[in-house]
Amino acid sequence: MDFFEAFPAMDRQGLRDLKKGIDSSFREFSRSYGEGIEDFFEPLLHFLVWLEKLLINAPWPIVIIGIAGLAWIGSRSWKLVAGTVIAFLVIGYFGMWKDTMATLAIISVATLLCISFGIPFGIWMARSDRVQAAITPILDVMQTIPSFVYLIPVVMLLGIGKVPGLIAVCIYAIPPLVRLTNLGIRLVDKEVLEAADAFGADYRQKLFGVQIPLALPNIFAGVNQTIMMSLAMVVIASMIGVKGLGLPVLRAVSNQYLALGLLNGLAIVILAIIFDRVSQAYGRRLQAHREGSGHD
Amino acid sequence: MVDAYKLIEKVVGMTDTKIKIKNLYKVFGADPKSAMEQVRNGVSKQDLLEKHSHVLGLRDINIDIPEKGISVIMGLSGSGKSTLIRHINRLIEPTEGQVVIDDIDILGMSIEELRAFRRNKASMVFQKFALFPHRTVMQNTAYGLTIQKIAEKEAIERSQHWIERVGLSGFENHYPAQLSGGMQQRVGLARALTTDAEILLMDEAFSALDPLIRTDMQGILLDLQAELNKTIVFITHDLDEALRIGDGITILRDGEIIQQGSPQDIVMKPADDYIADFIKDVNRSRVLQVRSIMVPAESGIGPHLDQNMPLEDALSRLSSEGVSEGSVVDQAGKVIGQIALAAAVEAIRRPERSSQDLQYR
Repeated sequence: MDFFEAFPAMDRQGLRDLKKGIDSSFREFSRSYGEGIEDFFEPLLHFLVWLEKLLINAPWPIVIIGIAGLAWIGSRSWKLVAGTVIAFLVIGYFGMWKDTMATLAIISVATLLCISFGIPFGIWMARSDRVQAAITPILDVMQTIPSFVYLIPVVMLLGIGKVPGLIAVCIYAIPPLVRLTNLGIRLVDKEVLEAADAFGADYRQKLFGVQIPLALPNIFAGVNQTIMMSLAMVVIASMIGVKGLGLPVLRAVSNQYLALGLLNGLAIVILAIIFDRVSQAYGRRLQAHREGSGHD
Repeated sequence: MVDAYKLIEKVVGMTDTKIKIKNLYKVFGADPKSAMEQVRNGVSKQDLLEKHSHVLGLRDINIDIPEKGISVIMGLSGSGKSTLIRHINRLIEPTEGQVVIDDIDILGMSIEELRAFRRNKASMVFQKFALFPHRTVMQNTAYGLTIQKIAEKEAIERSQHWIERVGLSGFENHYPAQLSGGMQQRVGLARALTTDAEILLMDEAFSALDPLIRTDMQGILLDLQAELNKTIVFITHDLDEALRIGDGITILRDGEIIQQGSPQDIVMKPADDYIADFIKDVNRSRVLQVRSIMVPAESGIGPHLDQNMPLEDALSRLSSEGVSEGSVVDQAGKVIGQIALAAAVEAIRRPERSSQDLQYR
C-alpha cells in the first residue's frame, strides 16, 4: 500500500546531490567562461551605453525632432508625428524623460539584436523541416518558461547589469519574430517560386529577390511583436539592473506608490503605441503592390 | 515554301528535332525506384495506386519536338501534361528516361549548367501567370535579365521592346494586382520572350483567360511566332486551341501518349474512341485543309485552290463559282490534285459514334 500513498520519489539525498551537482557545475562553468562571455558582449554593452548617453545628454528638443523625423520616415503621416511629439512632451513634463530615454535605448538595442538573430533563424527554419522541428520546441520553452527562471543562469553567468537584462529581454522577445519569418517564407506562393526557378534564379536570388520581399508583411508583424514584448519585459529587466521606466514601477510595487506606478506604466504604454503604429505604417508602405488588388 | 519543306522532311523522315524525349517515366511516391519495377512489369496506373500507393505520372513518353514550330501537348486534367512540360526544363526530375535538347541530355547537367540552360535557352509561361506581385510590369518583364545580372539600362531597353510588342505600353509601372488577367498573361509572355530563349514552354498559358481574351492571346502568339520562329511547346486541355495553333499535336491520357500527328491527322484519323469523342464537336471545315481530302492528279478542272486552304474557304469558293470540282495547287502553283464538292461536304460531316457506350470509360 505504501506504493500508492506516497509517490515513489527520488530519495532526498539523491535529489539534493543532483541539484548540487547541477548548481556547482554551472557555477564552475560560469567561473571559467563567464569572463570570456562577458568580453564577448562587451561591444554590445558599449553600444548600449553610448546610445543611452546620447539620448540622455542630447538637448531634449533635438531628441524630439529626431524621434519625430523617424516617425515621419516610417509612417508618412502628420497625425502620427504630431501624436508622437505631444506624447514625448507629456512624458517629459511629468519628469520621466531620463527613464524614457534609457528604456528607448534598451528597446532599440534589443530590437536590433532580435532582428539580427531572429530573421536568419527564421530563414533557416523555413529552409528545412528538420530544423523547424528542432527549433520550434525551443521557441515554445523561451516563450512559456517564467522569465525569473532564466534570469537565474543569466545573472550567474553575467552578473547584474545591462547586458544580462538585454539578454533576458531578447530571450522573451525573439520567438515571435523567428516564427513569423519562418511562416512568411513558407507561405510564399509555390508558383511564383517555380517561376523564379524556371528563369534560372539561384538560391540567393530566390531568397532576397522573391521570398523575403513577399514574406515582409509577416516579418514586419514579427518585428512589431518583438518590440511589444520587449517593452513588456522592461519591468522584469529592471530587477537585474536595467535602468529605465521599469525601475520606478518596481519601486512603486514594493512601496505601494500608486501614482508613480501609473505614470511610468502609462509611459511604457505610450512608447508601445508609438512603436506599434509607426512600424505598422512602415510595413504597410512596403506593400505598395497590394494596392488595387481588388482588380480581377 | 516552309510548309512544303516540312512536308518533305516528314516524308524522308529527317525532321530537325530540337527536343527529344526518350522513354520518359515519372512515378510519384515514397519509393519511385521500386515502383518502377512494377511499372516495367506492366502494372496499370490504377493498380499501382491501389496496391503500391504510388502515382504513375508518365509512362514511356517518346516525343520528338521539331525546331521552330508550335508543338501542342493536349490532355485533360490528370493526363500528365503539366508534369511532362516540367521535365523539359527539369523543374521535375524524371524517374527514368532522357530529355535531349540540341544533342545534350539535360538530365546530365550540373546545377550550374541547368541554371544557365534555364536562363538562356528555355523560358516558361505559366497557367496562373506566376508574376512577382512585388515587382512592376517592367521589373517582371526584366526578371530573366536581372537574374543574368545584365546591366539595368540594357535590361530596361530590352524589356521595353517586349512590353510594347505585347501591347502593354503605358503600364510599365503598374503592379500585377492592378492588371486584368489577360494583361497579366501578356506580362507573363513578355517576361518569357525578353530572355530571347530559343525554347518557349507554355503551360496552359491561356487556359485561365476568358474565351475572347484567349482567342486574342492566341492571335498574338501566332503573330509573334510567324516572326520569331521559336520552338514552342504548348500545353492545353482545349482542342480548339490545339487545332488553331498547333503545327503538331500530341494527345496524352493517363500519362501515356495515345496519338501524335498534325491537326489534320487527328481530325481525319482519330486513334481511338477517346479522341473521336474529343473531336466530334470540332469545326472540321476550319481545321481540315484541301490537301487532306484531295485525290492526287497531274491536272485538274475548276478553280485553283491552295493545298493549305481550309475546307470552309474552299467550299465557299466552289459554291460562289457554281462548280462542283476544284484543282489543288501547291505553293508554286502547280496542280497536284483534285477535289470534289461532295467529298468535301462528306469530310466535314460530323462523325457518328457507333455506340453510346464508350469503350474508354
